[in-house]
Amino acid sequence: MDVFGYFALVLAFVCAVYAFGGGIAAIVTRHPLLIKSSRQAGMATCCLIFLATFSLEYLFFSDNFSIAYVVSHSNRDLSTFYKIAALWSGQEGSLLFWSFLLAVYVFSVLLTYRNKNGELMPYVGVVMAGVQIFFLTLNNFVASPFKVLASPGADGVMHYVARADGNGLTPLLQYPEMVIHPPNLYSGYTGFTIPFAFALGALLARYPGEKWIHLTRKWTMIAWMFQSMGILLGAHWAYAVLGWGGYWGWDPVENASFLPWLTGTAFLHSVMMQEKRGMMKVWNVWLVFCTFLLCILGTFLTRSGVVSSVHAFAQSSIGTWFVSFIALIIAVCLGAYLKNRDYLKSENQLDSIISRESSFLFNNLVLLVSCIAILSGTLFPVFSEWITGDRISVGAPFFNKVNIPTGLLLLFLTGVGPLLAWRKTSTESLKRNFGWPLGIGVAAGAIAFAFGFRQFYSWVCLVLCVSVASTVLLEFYRGAKVIRSRSGASFMASAVDLTMRNTRRYGGYIVHMGMVFVFIGLAGAAFNRDIQKDMRQGDTLKIGPYTLVLQGFDTKPEKNYTAQRLLVEVLQNNKPTMMLYPEKRRFSTTEENGTMVAIRSTLQEDLYVVYAGTSPDTQLPVIHAYLNPLVKWIWFGGVVVVLGTLVAMLPNRRAVLVLSAAQQPAAQPVAHGLPSSVTLREGHD
Amino acid sequence: MKKQVKFGVGISVIVASLGFLAWLGYGESKTYYHTIAELETLNSSAKSQRMRIGGTVAIGSIRHLAGRVDFVLEGEGKTLPVSYIGTDPLPDTFIDKSQALVEGHAGPEGRFVAEVVQAKCASKYEAAPGGKGGAAPSATERSGM
Repeated sequence: MDVFGYFALVLAFVCAVYAFGGGIAAIVTRHPLLIKSSRQAGMATCCLIFLATFSLEYLFFSDNFSIAYVVSHSNRDLSTFYKIAALWSGQEGSLLFWSFLLAVYVFSVLLTYRNKNGELMPYVGVVMAGVQIFFLTLNNFVASPFKVLASPGADGVMHYVARADGNGLTPLLQYPEMVIHPPNLYSGYTGFTIPFAFALGALLARYPGEKWIHLTRKWTMIAWMFQSMGILLGAHWAYAVLGWGGYWGWDPVENASFLPWLTGTAFLHSVMMQEKRGMMKVWNVWLVFCTFLLCILGTFLTRSGVVSSVHAFAQSSIGTWFVSFIALIIAVCLGAYLKNRDYLKSENQLDSIISRESSFLFNNLVLLVSCIAILSGTLFPVFSEWITGDRISVGAPFFNKVNIPTGLLLLFLTGVGPLLAWRKTSTESLKRNFGWPLGIGVAAGAIAFAFGFRQFYSWVCLVLCVSVASTVLLEFYRGAKVIRSRSGASFMASAVDLTMRNTRRYGGYIVHMGMVFVFIGLAGAAFNRDIQKDMRQGDTLKIGPYTLVLQGFDTKPEKNYTAQRLLVEVLQNNKPTMMLYPEKRRFSTTEENGTMVAIRSTLQEDLYVVYAGTSPDTQLPVIHAYLNPLVKWIWFGGVVVVLGTLVAMLPNRRAVLVLSAAQQPAAQPVAHGLPSSVTLREGHD
Repeated sequence: MKKQVKFGVGISVIVASLGFLAWLGYGESKTYYHTIAELETLNSSAKSQRMRIGGTVAIGSIRHLAGRVDFVLEGEGKTLPVSYIGTDPLPDTFIDKSQALVEGHAGPEGRFVAEVVQAKCASKYEAAPGGKGGAAPSATERSGM
């Protein structure tokens, strides 16, 4: 199977080179047969990558310990579930997995548009093949996952060696999230290749109009959704596994996953400027380019350890490849832009500072500033060493100081932006749209202040969250009321109907609502508390309304590890509530330890209990308990964001009743309560 | 006022204030990387800075004491005694022969006082798996959020 996988990868490389070269020839000659054959070579590349990936997975399932990669990342006792995850647990496998996910996207694109957009597709195909060639080069010649173990025999000839068992999977990865988090994040990283290929292809082909934006909207949203899920699942993994009570530490790898999300989010918003007003064309093209570059940079930072592995930590050789690839992409993008920049002329100018356009502009500005701050903070050690010779890193205070205010500014725009009219918003409409929400937000802030709420940023966050949530709910209410007055259906049914008529607009609102929930959760962090104590059997520990009683210990031998558990009874306001079992795990194959945090999670707060080891003084187990308010809102918000994105991808349902043909200014896209002048507009907003 | 000027003012206010915050955060959290060997050669002002130092944990050197954990880091033929005074539990990967990064200040008598310890197991843990494993060494790091 290893030989099979190996040859599949080599053939995939050959096919990708043909798809690239043949594609260029097809563009030059416009020969229909060449166009067809290079497209089919692209599809063949993908199928061969699928085969190679399945064969590596087969090697894991058949416990083939003659393969170096399998030996390093699996063992016989590893459960099936984690044997799937073992595929992406190391360098070689992760890079193959990158190729695999990219192949899924590329195959879908080639299949979907096989008979459409004939002018554009050869260019797109060439760009996609170019990216595939890079990763297949790594898979084949730099980090092959199919290397076999061999050692020279007595005759000096190399012989296969098979081990009896493998080294096992790193304990940190033996956690359910680790099976779903990397595929999500990688689907985000790879997914942004598609909008990139279309943007670059359209620029090279001087493809007229905004069509490439319409074509790629869904692909961008899919990638964005996976990226969002990947980031949040990673945060949840860090929270549940690392046992330090937090979910985000501004680690280089975390930052790397966040950067393309920021530019991707900026792009999803600013494309609307291009669709509606023909503005920001240059900006959009560069946002897509940057997003893709940041995806490659993210993969590079993750895989090469150029930032996190300092001095003592071994650096990997693939760094040079990635840096060269990034330089090549920049050169190609810059070349294409300089050659065809006249094609990106803006059709309009900004009219007013209080308009939808300017809210998008500021949204983009804030996202970009945040992105640049995080990028420079992450790469600071590298650049400071270049410039001053000293390697200097910056920590959490740097990132928090910049990103908390930018986050709040963004939250503000989330509420304001969608309700501003294109071109110019009247004072009248400002009052109507924001009067109530602002009032409710300020009232909530005043009540909180009266109850002793004094954390500045959290207070601002509270006011904004309440206001933004009110604007969103008010929008649904107004729209649903109009439909209800016509159809007589229930309010809920009317709201659903409203959403389905303009999925893009109302799906977007749902995403915004999800972000509000995420911010509620983030604001809770200002009130985190923790306490650590050596515990004798029967000892108690108090934190907030909870009392923890250590009832005893036990040892649970499992297939792959032995767990030492603490049996902790939780009393809430002195009433027995539940048992928690924080664990220390000892993995037999690697002799490594793992921690399993026990969490009681409610919407109000998380009680987070860690078995922190044995006290050196007293030889007693140490319990570290945290009380983290509102954390659950973050995960809940994430689910809402994903649902909203899915809604926004649905096609609009045709409105059965066309209520009025009157063309209203975009200031009131959805009617404002007067049934006689109602307009329910179809399409995008 | 012309609208371009308005936009210009708005944009510069945002960028300038965020830049100022970034500068404050930089001053608060900047940390210098040094090797154990470099530590001896630093002058007194450089020694007072916040530093991050990498090395291998010497076999049998980890001693748990009241309120702190002492151990010795080795690297480039030199050794450095370290006291960890942080409140967070040490990462599970912190054992004899593991590669560790310590962050803190140079203390009295050549002892390094660490507030943060990150560790990677020397034998395994090849690189950041699945986009997230890189977070692992920072198990003891804490965000201010």
